[in-house]
Formats: sequence, C-alpha cells, structure tokens
Amino acid sequence: MNDLAFQLLLALDASIRLAAPLMLCAMAGIFSERSGIVDISLEGKLLASAFVAAAVTAATGSVWVGLGAAMLSSMMLSVVHGFATITHRGDQVVSGLAINMLATGFTIVVGHAVFARGGQTPALTDNQRFGPITLPFADQLNAVPVLGPIYKELLSGHSLLVYMALIAVPMTAFVLYRSRFGLRLRAVGEVPEAVDTAGISVFWLRYRALMFGGLLCGIAGAYLSTASGAGFVREMSAGKGYIALAAVIFGNWQPFRALGACFMFGFLEAMTARLEGVDFPVVGVLPTQLMQALPYLLTVLLLAGFIGRPTPPAAIGQPYVK
Amino acid sequence: MFKFLGTPPPLPRWAEVLLLPLINLFVAFLACALVIAAIGEKPVEVLWTLFQGPFLFPGNMGYTLYYTTNFIFTGLAVAVAFHAKMFNIGGEGQATLGGLGVGLLVMALGGSLPMILMVPLIVLSSAAFGAAWALVPGYLQAYRGSHIVITTIMFNFIAAAIMVSLLSGPMMQPGQMSPQTAPFPGNAILYKTHDVLHWLGIGKVAESPMNLSFFIAILALIGVWLLIWRTRLGYQIRAVGHNPEAAHYAGINVPRVVMLTMAISGALAGMMALNEVAGAQQRVILNFSGNYGFVGIAVALIGRNHPIGIFLASLLFGALYQGGTEIDFNYQSITREMVVLIQGLIILFSGALYYMFNPWLARLLYLVLPRKSSPEGAVS
Amino acid sequence: MTETVGPVGQAAGAQSAPGLALELEKISKSFGPVRANRDIDLAVEAGTIHGIIGENGAGKSTLMKILYGMQGADTGRMLIGGQAVDIRSSADAIAKGIGMVHQHFMLVPTFSVLENVMLGTEGGALLAEGRAATRKLLAEFAEHYGMKVDPDARVGDLPVGIRQRVEIIKALKGGAKILILDEPTGVLTPQETEGLFDILRVLKADGVTILLITHKLDEIMAITDRVSIMRRGEMVGHRDTKDTNPQELAELMVGRKVLLQVDHSPAEPKETRLSVSGLGARSQAGYKVLEDISFELRSGEILGVAGVSGNGQSELMEILSGMRPVGEGHFEVLGHRVDNRKPKDPAAMRDIGLGHIPEDRHHHGLILNFQVQENAILGYHNGEVAGAGLLMDRAKIYQHSKRLIEDFDVRNGRATVLAKHLSGGNQQKVVIAREVDAEPKVLIVGQPTRGVDVGAIEFIHKQLIALRDRGCAVLLISVELEEIMSLSDRIIVMNAGRLVGEVARGQADENELGLMMGGGRARPKVPAAQAAASGGESHV
Repeated sequence: MNDLAFQLLLALDASIRLAAPLMLCAMAGIFSERSGIVDISLEGKLLASAFVAAAVTAATGSVWVGLGAAMLSSMMLSVVHGFATITHRGDQVVSGLAINMLATGFTIVVGHAVFARGGQTPALTDNQRFGPITLPFADQLNAVPVLGPIYKELLSGHSLLVYMALIAVPMTAFVLYRSRFGLRLRAVGEVPEAVDTAGISVFWLRYRALMFGGLLCGIAGAYLSTASGAGFVREMSAGKGYIALAAVIFGNWQPFRALGACFMFGFLEAMTARLEGVDFPVVGVLPTQLMQALPYLLTVLLLAGFIGRPTPPAAIGQPYVK
Repeated sequence: MFKFLGTPPPLPRWAEVLLLPLINLFVAFLACALVIAAIGEKPVEVLWTLFQGPFLFPGNMGYTLYYTTNFIFTGLAVAVAFHAKMFNIGGEGQATLGGLGVGLLVMALGGSLPMILMVPLIVLSSAAFGAAWALVPGYLQAYRGSHIVITTIMFNFIAAAIMVSLLSGPMMQPGQMSPQTAPFPGNAILYKTHDVLHWLGIGKVAESPMNLSFFIAILALIGVWLLIWRTRLGYQIRAVGHNPEAAHYAGINVPRVVMLTMAISGALAGMMALNEVAGAQQRVILNFSGNYGFVGIAVALIGRNHPIGIFLASLLFGALYQGGTEIDFNYQSITREMVVLIQGLIILFSGALYYMFNPWLARLLYLVLPRKSSPEGAVS
Repeated sequence: MTETVGPVGQAAGAQSAPGLALELEKISKSFGPVRANRDIDLAVEAGTIHGIIGENGAGKSTLMKILYGMQGADTGRMLIGGQAVDIRSSADAIAKGIGMVHQHFMLVPTFSVLENVMLGTEGGALLAEGRAATRKLLAEFAEHYGMKVDPDARVGDLPVGIRQRVEIIKALKGGAKILILDEPTGVLTPQETEGLFDILRVLKADGVTILLITHKLDEIMAITDRVSIMRRGEMVGHRDTKDTNPQELAELMVGRKVLLQVDHSPAEPKETRLSVSGLGARSQAGYKVLEDISFELRSGEILGVAGVSGNGQSELMEILSGMRPVGEGHFEVLGHRVDNRKPKDPAAMRDIGLGHIPEDRHHHGLILNFQVQENAILGYHNGEVAGAGLLMDRAKIYQHSKRLIEDFDVRNGRATVLAKHLSGGNQQKVVIAREVDAEPKVLIVGQPTRGVDVGAIEFIHKQLIALRDRGCAVLLISVELEEIMSLSDRIIVMNAGRLVGEVARGQADENELGLMMGGGRARPKVPAAQAAASGGESHV
C-alpha cells in the first residue's frame, strides 16, 4: 500500500464525514426548494438543532432523545418559515434570514442561561454520542489488497448519522421521483396552478415539504453536536447551511447531483485542512482560506451560466396567490 | 420580485406607515419577553435595562451612536437596492471589501499625504471597493440572470475568505501573529468624537469609539434622500422598482439602472468600514463587519427604506447593541446575544410577517374611525 | 378512475337523455369596485357545443373560473344536471364532472405527458401503478378520439397543439361530462385549430357538453350549436348559431356606445411621417403574430387600425414605439429608418418626436405607486420639464403637472395624489395629457378610452382631433369600432396579424368592417354613395 494512496484514502474518508451534514441539509433544501420555497434558513435550522440535540442529550443522557428533539425543533422552525411564507405570503428570503438570526441568538441566549458556559453545552461522554460503527469484517478484510483498506477506512467506522445521510440521498430521490407526494411536490414548485386546478392543496403540500426538510436538517444538526463533535459550540454550523444551499444549486436541485456537489465541497474542505502550510514545488503554499471560498465561487460561476446553466424550479420564490 | 404585499384591505396611510410597524415591533419584543420569562428573569425589568442603558449613562451615548453609524450605512445600502426591488444581502461582504479598500490605500500611501487629502481618499476607497463588490452581482443579475440574493450571499463568503487570507498573509502586521494590519498612521484616521470635542474645548466627554464617520453617515442619509427623491437617477431607480415594464416604456435602460443601483448600494455598505476601520479600530481587523450588514436588512425593513426611518431604526438598533452590553453586565443569566434574538424576531415580524396584522388592523380602524374621503398621496 | 373503458364514452352514455347540463342563475362577482360579472344567466343543453363570446375583459374568464371553483361567486346559483351545486374548489368541480382547459396551460413543462396527466389521480402513494393505468388511459384516448400523444415526451418540448391535447385529456380523464375550453385557439395555428375542432366534434358525439369561450367570431360560427354573448360583465344575448351571423354577433359583442359626434373636419394630410413596410414579428413561442404589415401615415391625419383585440395590434404598437425589436421588415419614422439591425429604444423614439399612449395604462402608461406629478414626466424625465440642473426641478414639475391637470381636466387630481387613487378615466387623462402636451410629430395611440366614462371619452376624442389639426400624424388603434369610425380619416383592418383591408373615412359601415375584423376577405373599396349613406347612421 503506497503512502500517497493511503493519504488519499484518509482524505476521502474525511470528505465523507465533512460531507454528511451537507448531504442532509442539501436534501432538506431540495425538498423545500423543489416545492417552490427558497430556503436560506437551512443554516439556522442546522444550528438550532445542533444546540437542541446537545442540550437535550446532556439533560436526559440519551442521545436518541436528543436526536428526536433536534428533529422536532428543526421542524418547528420549518413551520415558522411556512407560516410566514406560505400562509402569510411573506418574503421567503426575509423569513429565512429571520430564522437564521433567531437561531443564532436563541442558541447562545438559552445555552448561556441553562448551562452558563458561555454558550456551550456540557461536553458529552462517549455513550452520549453517536460513535463510530465498525462494519462487519472490516478488520479481517483489511488484508485484501486495495478493496480491503477502502472498506475499512472509507466505508466502515462512521457514525450512524453518516450512514443515515448516505441513505437520505437515495431516499430523497425515491420520494421525489417515485411517490405521489414527490410528483406533486415537483409540480407545485414548477406550476402551482397546475396542482391547484388538479384539486390538490398547494399550501398543505408546501408545508409538508418544508417539514420534511426540517426533519433532515434536524439529523444534520444532531450530527454536528453529538457525532462529529461532543457538545454544542456557539455558531458551530459555520456556514454549512449555506454551503449545502450552494450544493443544491450546484446539483441543479437533483438529489444525486447535489450529493456529488456535497462530496466535492467536503473533499475541498478535507484537502484544505491537509494542505495547510504544505509547500508545493512551483506553486508554493496554497492560500487555504481562498480554497474555502471555492464552493461559493464555483456556485457564482455556475449561476452566471459560465459552467452550464442551472434551472431552478420555475415557481421558486413566488408566493402562491389563487 | 419582493412582494411583501398582496392586496390588503385599505389601511389609512398613517396607520400603514406608523401604526403597523409599531405593532410589529411590539409583537417582536413581546415574543422576546416570553423568552426572557422562560429563562426565569423578569421581562419588563430586563427590557427596561436594555433601553435605559444606552441613554441614561452619559458615557454610553457615544457607544450608541457609534453602533448607530454602522446601521445607518448598512441600512441605507439595503434601502437603496430595495427601491429598485432588489434584495442586497451582501452588505457584509461589501463592508468587508470597503475595509480592504481602506487598508490597501493606507498601506500604499502610508503617512505620505496630509490628512486633508488622505481622509477623502479613504472615503472614496471604501465606497469604491464596496461598489465594485456589489457591481458584480448587479451585472450578473442584469445581464446573466443570476439571482441577486444567492450571488450576494456567496459574495459574502468569498469576501470573508479574501479578507482572512490577506490579513493572515500580505497585509498582516510584520512581527505579529494576529490577523490584523499595523495601526494606521495618524494622518489616515477619522478622529474620535470625544477627541474632537475636547480639542474644540467643549469640555470633557466620555471616551467612546464614536468618530467622525457618524457625520459622514448623516451626510449619507441626506445624500440618499436627495438621490432617491430629487435626482433623475433616483426617479429611474424607483420607476424600475415599482414597474419595470413602465420603466421600459419610458425609455429607461433597466439593466443599467439595476447595475448603478447595486453600485450605490455597495458603496454605502463599503463606507461602513469608515466607522469600524478608519474610526474605531484604526487598523483592519478580522470580522470587523460583525453582521452589521445583515442587521442592515432589519434596519431598512423597520425604517421603511426612508432615510428618516432608517435613522430612527439605526438609533433603535444602536441602543439595543449598547443595551446588550448593559444586560451582559447586569444579569448573570442573560448574555448580550439577546440582541441577536431580538433582531431575528424583528426581521420576522417586521419583515416576513409584515402584513400579518394588516387585515385585523384595517377592520378595527374601519369600525373605529369616521369615514372620510380617499387617502392622500405619498410623502416624499 | 382509470377503469373507464371508452374514456368518456361511458360517462356520456349515462347522460344521453336530453336536458340541461348546466345552468347559472344570477351569478355576480366583483373585484373591489370592478363588477366582473353581473347577474349572469346561462343555460347549456347537454351534449351541445355552447359558445360564449365577448371581447377581452368582458368577464368570460371570470365566469369560467367561478364555474371551475377557482373563484367564488358573490351571489347566484349553479345547477348541474338539474341539481343545485356548491363548487368551492377545483376539487369540487372535478368531482361534479367538470373539466377545464385553461387559457394558460396548467401543465408542468418539465414533466412527461404521463406525469402531467396523472397529477391528482395517481391512485396510490407510489407511482408505479398509477403510471401503468395512465399509460393505458392515454392509449384509450388515442384509440377512441384519435388524440395521439407520446406518453413519455417532455411536455415542454411539444408543440402547443399537442400540449392542448394533453390538457383536454387531463380535463376528461376522470370522466368529465362538461368540458370548458377558455380561449383554446389563441395559441393555435389554423391547422391545429381544425384538429381541435375535429376532437370537439367527436367528444360532442360521445355526449360531452362543451363550453367554448372565445372572442373569435369565425370559431363560434364554425363549431357551436348555440352562443351566448357577453359584454362588460353582462350577458347581452343568446342565439342559436344557425339563426345568427357574424355581423350581429360583432355588434352585440362591441355594443353601441352613446357617442356624441365629435366635430371632425376633413383631414388635410401633408407629408408622410411614418412608413411601414413588410413588418413582421413572432411571439416568444415562435409563431407569427405580425406578418407583412405595410402602410403609410401622414401629417395631419388619423389612421385608425380596427380589429378584434389580440390580432397583432399590440405587437404593432410596441414595435413602432421602440418597446419591441423589429422582427422582419422595417419602418421609417420622421426620416429615421428602424429595423432589427438599427433598433431605437423608446427614449430615442421620444427624442425624434414620436409619442406613445400605450393601450394598457396600468402596465405601461403609468406607475401606479407614483404621484400624478411624477407620472406627468414619465418618459420625459430627462427633458426640460424636469428642469435642467443636477436635481430635478420640483417646482417646475409641480407647475407642469398642475397645468396638465387643469388643461386636461383631471378631476379630483392633485399633483401629489398617487396615480392608483385616481379613477380609470382620470388616469387615462394623465397619460394622454403627458403625451399630447409633448406635441409629438407622430403619436401612437392604443385604446385611448378603454374603461373610461362617457364624458371623458368625448374630451379625449377632442384632444386627439385637435392634435391632428395641429399637424400631428396619429395612429389610432382601438377595438371600439365606433371610436375608430368617428375619429379616423382612414381605416385599416387587422386580422390574425395581417392587414386585411383599407377603407377611407365614411366609405364602410360597421357591418362591413365587422366582417373584415372577423376574418372576412379584404374587399375592394365600397362605392362611395353607399358608404356615405351608412357612415353617418351607424352612430346613435
């Protein structure tokens, strides 16, 4: 096993871990945006549910209760978003911004009031977290050339929530393309009038889409604070919600392509960490901070039509008025 | 695209301009009071502290106005774009670039120019860099069809990355390890207000970061008012915002106006750096934009995109920020981030849910008020 | 739902007994002060094709939306098959056996035909079963009615005619007994229209009751059994198609307005100021909306363009005023040639002396949220009326608008009132004042008196004639035949994007113009004596 390949394997492994919350949020974004509702509140939902997961886990001792609470809290924020944008036809971007700010303020204020640790939650012990799961025979198969290490290092040893993220993608695709709900969801984001005249409630459909997204964001939040980390740190979402949004756009609002974008962004992040300070021949030290901006830059170029042209759902951003 | 509007039943104009925003503000604070009560503190007491702090203690007024300055710039930035029905949520990035502009200028010219030349150059540089950073999304919106909201969000992150890499690299103060530039030379700063007052012999005023950029902000308020309601460009901006088709009919070059509007909006956001970089810190530090760009959205929403409203809303937010530190000081269980929560609530109720109470209020007023003739025209 | 064998045949069989399929009694609907429908009565016999004809804005679409549950009526009663029904949503309408083909297709362009058809009747939480059933349904439609569509084609890629076929299948899939078609031919080519009519005939034979809403006379004559005529929100008549003719229908549609005869001295045309040759344009969808238009307009004359709305007049106006690029051909205005390589925008047009009163004051002519004084300089804001300095001269603008308000008798008009708070007639006066006051050398006028009360109409007409007498070349486009006939010195007639005839003032009567507007062939000029006799008497 040569060393460079092994390093690459480790980087890929890190990419999966870094991409997992992005995937969940991106799928949430797809649900919301395919139904015609702009969702920049992914960030806020991610942050709020990360806090709730850690706080509830710390309080109850059960990481599962924490996960449930995280999903619930994130869903409640989705309902707020829906109340503002669907029921009251408020501006979707403004509502999203409000939720992001609410989440920032709420997590710190409540965290401080409850735990008095400057906004952090108490550190979680190992059994209060979603620990790594070793897939069957990972160690035994390690000896198999190439495939063995890939199985052990890349596929095995992630937390349950990473596997949930990996499952969320095909599940989203299945719901979107194979179910009645998905058919109507895609229709309502393109031509809501078509759904309405077919005798289906546009409002309820969009609410459900948002709540579904909230659920997924909740898992992502729990991943940040109870799997990847061991407790909540203020502003721990650190723009991941926005990167997920970029991945949705990059993936042209399609689950598998968004997955690809999430991997790419995760890989970029993993490489950035690894290449920090490394002096390359010819190019010298890479400006790692600039590499972190690459997902955003690529998204801008994509949106401007310089690398293909994304086609957002036709009715996105417009409140539905009969 | 930004229809907060729908078609509510007719509401008297004074009620729409004054009463409804106040009701929304009230509801936002009510929601906040609930959170405070849930934490176990007395809501009225806490909110009272929040509001008396900034004004009662003589030393605090300077801080309040220092925060206010930031909000005036970012609020104006959002408002100008709003008049053309564009949502510039890139104030954060444009402010960052404005700071970069100031930093680069000072590093390039150092102490070589007298202050009388240097200060105008600093102002220009902050505005130019901010404008440039907004012009790109403006161009992409006008000619390439990318949505301004998404592009400006992305540009915020890109700006932050550029800033980090420059501040921890070429712009970093030699011999130091923290990501910031060397302090600016004395000819390249905006004086603190208390220094100026002292120098003028107006007695001893408590120290605060408030500086001359506050007065530039006041000029900007007047300037924006003139621009929007007195100039041809402002006329065109509003025409494009209200009805782009009619603007086209009137021979207005809509894409060009979109770009110009964004440039002006970005310039205003960029000028926020005058307060933070040239005035308060007198060097470029990391994250000096401190979310003021985002809060500018709340300021513009409450201020109804009018300079007077923006001034009042900026004062409110400035007071909130200062009050936040008072709370921090006085209460064990509440931190200053309470203010962020309040901002979120204000954006929710004054922005996304703006017209939630409209039908109820309209019905109520209809019952209560005597009927009179058709409503008056707008105040401009 | 999908077990229907002959997709709608069965449903029709059950309903073969003659009788009324649909009755409306005193249906009314208002939007704020606008009464879109007023006491509408309608009786539609089962198994017939019933036409509803009226001009744009006559209230046809509102009525259909009420029928389909998309809008609630304020008052009135609806009966289906003799039973009173309460339809509050599209779902209710579908359940009561009503299907509708909307004017703007309710199709998802990114979906396949199959997905579009199955939307709302998927038959289970997963799609697999519904897909198979819908595929079968589509095959049945193809077999029974010759409505062949590729189930897997992406709807956005299909020509409009086929898309409409998908809409019809959607409307009928649940076994609808009543099919409403709202302006179905607006986007179709003549061949596609023929195809649609063939399908409608087959459906009728199968017992389906069809309501056809249109503003096109020839279609009513070609396919309906009975026709109801709407005008300004009211039902003004019902006729058996075989007992009526296009002229009568046109008259009922347009109505006779009480117009005071405007003092109209003979024109003294001078030099040519606008000459149009071979002008053509296509819609965004790519079909021809304007074809080979040529005419000349001279100083000191009013040239009227008659036609039922939607026959290319809007596009013509937009091109001539610089709002829309020239497609084919070119025109010369005041010595400037304009074609697709040398475009001129509206600002440039105004600079050379071409004014434009747009047909839609709400969309184009005014900014409703602007004050009257701001609207009074719209389009001229770079010019002198707004002052010469860096800042706009507020006093000057105010004085200017005040003068316009007085000169043009804008009632209740203060310069600072928002335009949206003025009545329709006063709004229109603001637009007309602005454009006439600029003393254009050429003026394009669209529907100058639409939605304007009688008093204001007379005033506006006088202004236009006065402008002509000052030497302006006026192109007047209106769907009001009376207006065209009383103001124009010459009249050209448009139909389906083409010029179909030209007559001089007083040389054609309403009937003949109506016939041309309805798509009748261009006729040689009528002998002068005959025309003179009819010209005057048509004005009441």
